[in-house]
Amino acid sequence: MILEILTYLFRLIVIVILQLLVVNNIELSSLVNPYIYVAFILLLPISMKPWMVVVISFLTGAIIDAFSSTPGLHIAAANLMGYLRYFYLAAATTKEDQIGNIVPSISQKGIVWFNFYAFALIFVHHFALFFLEIYTFREFFSTLLRIILSTFVSLLLINIGQLLFYNVGKSNE
Amino acid sequence: MRNLIFFIYKYYTFFLFFALEVFAIVIIYRFNNYQKASFVNFTTGVTSSLYTGVNNIETYFSLREVNDSLQQENARLHSLLLTSYYENNITSNSIKDTIYKQQYTYLAAKVVNNSVTKRNNYITINRGRLHGVKPEMAVICESGIVGIVLNVSDHYATVLSFLNNNCKISAKLEKTQSFGSLVWDGINPKYAKLLDVNKHVPVAINDNIITSNYSTIFPEGIRIGRVIDQSLEPGDNFHSITVELYTNFSTLSSVYVIDNIFKEEQQQLETQLTTK
Repeated sequence: MILEILTYLFRLIVIVILQLLVVNNIELSSLVNPYIYVAFILLLPISMKPWMVVVISFLTGAIIDAFSSTPGLHIAAANLMGYLRYFYLAAATTKEDQIGNIVPSISQKGIVWFNFYAFALIFVHHFALFFLEIYTFREFFSTLLRIILSTFVSLLLINIGQLLFYNVGKSNE
Repeated sequence: MRNLIFFIYKYYTFFLFFALEVFAIVIIYRFNNYQKASFVNFTTGVTSSLYTGVNNIETYFSLREVNDSLQQENARLHSLLLTSYYENNITSNSIKDTIYKQQYTYLAAKVVNNSVTKRNNYITINRGRLHGVKPEMAVICESGIVGIVLNVSDHYATVLSFLNNNCKISAKLEKTQSFGSLVWDGINPKYAKLLDVNKHVPVAINDNIITSNYSTIFPEGIRIGRVIDQSLEPGDNFHSITVELYTNFSTLSSVYVIDNIFKEEQQQLETQLTTK
């Protein structure tokens, strides 16, 4: 149990550092702002209690907020995503998944399943985040374009990250 | 009452989510206004030291560009020196000779964190309260404007980048001296829009945009950019002007913080006007 908590804590630190020092410096265009730290919330075990996911999402968002001088933005977006994750998983997983110690990742649920799952939740996260950031509906369509492009880039980066790291993790077990 | 408790117990995840979400929205709302943003104050001190470490390494990659721009600035400053002027300002001397009061002081600082691709961008610099930096001071670099100081901790300050939805700068056209407000439209960090320039004012392509004398933050006459495109929609009262910024925000490294010594005096006088 302690080992598991430490593993997740380590993963959180790595993913936050990657987000802040690498991904935030990718300057493709002002339309593309990927946020990969959501992968940490996506990859929590399916059997984890919903309230714990909500609290963890809140804390993850708070860490990112503290480092990017945006009070509340990432908290609101990550929290919403963490809450809605439960409903997606309740609809898209079997009873066995929910009881067993299964992580909704590519290696355990397959690449198609994972991409549908990740796309839906990343889209929710980015939608909340970008609209709260601009704080107006004045530039609705340009913001929407920004959300869709950023969602695809985040999804791509998270897929790459999964293929790089998580298969290794599984074969070790 | 029992039913209520049962209800809350049944949907506790929702209530937990709801409470946290409301908390987040409230702090977004509270701190959205940039003058009030004191949340950042709280975290700036801790998080900036991380960025400083990374920045120490990153500066090595841009030494050549920094050298070039400093050299250019040196050349420009040399041309401003008294020695490179022909004596022809007898009139202004006779008026101001008794006291030259200094109005602006400049403080050099280094950028330790910066972004250009978000809709609302912020910059962190390595000068803070101990060096005399206060909120709402102007920040410029050798080629143009950068932004306005938002929050200060002891050794660091966060700057509201010009590339931000909340940043609006009073600017004017150099030739006609007619003023408008300069905002960033969120698309490309190289270009900005100059709004509120009346349609009877002629706008020339390549005219310089400089800071106006109406701002209490920026000194007058700092170069911001040049007009590259201008159009007037039928029935519209204002020009729509696209400005190319001189500041290259993506390679920003050394900046100057400007303190307007008379700012408080001016603002105090102006608040008396509105309270009466």
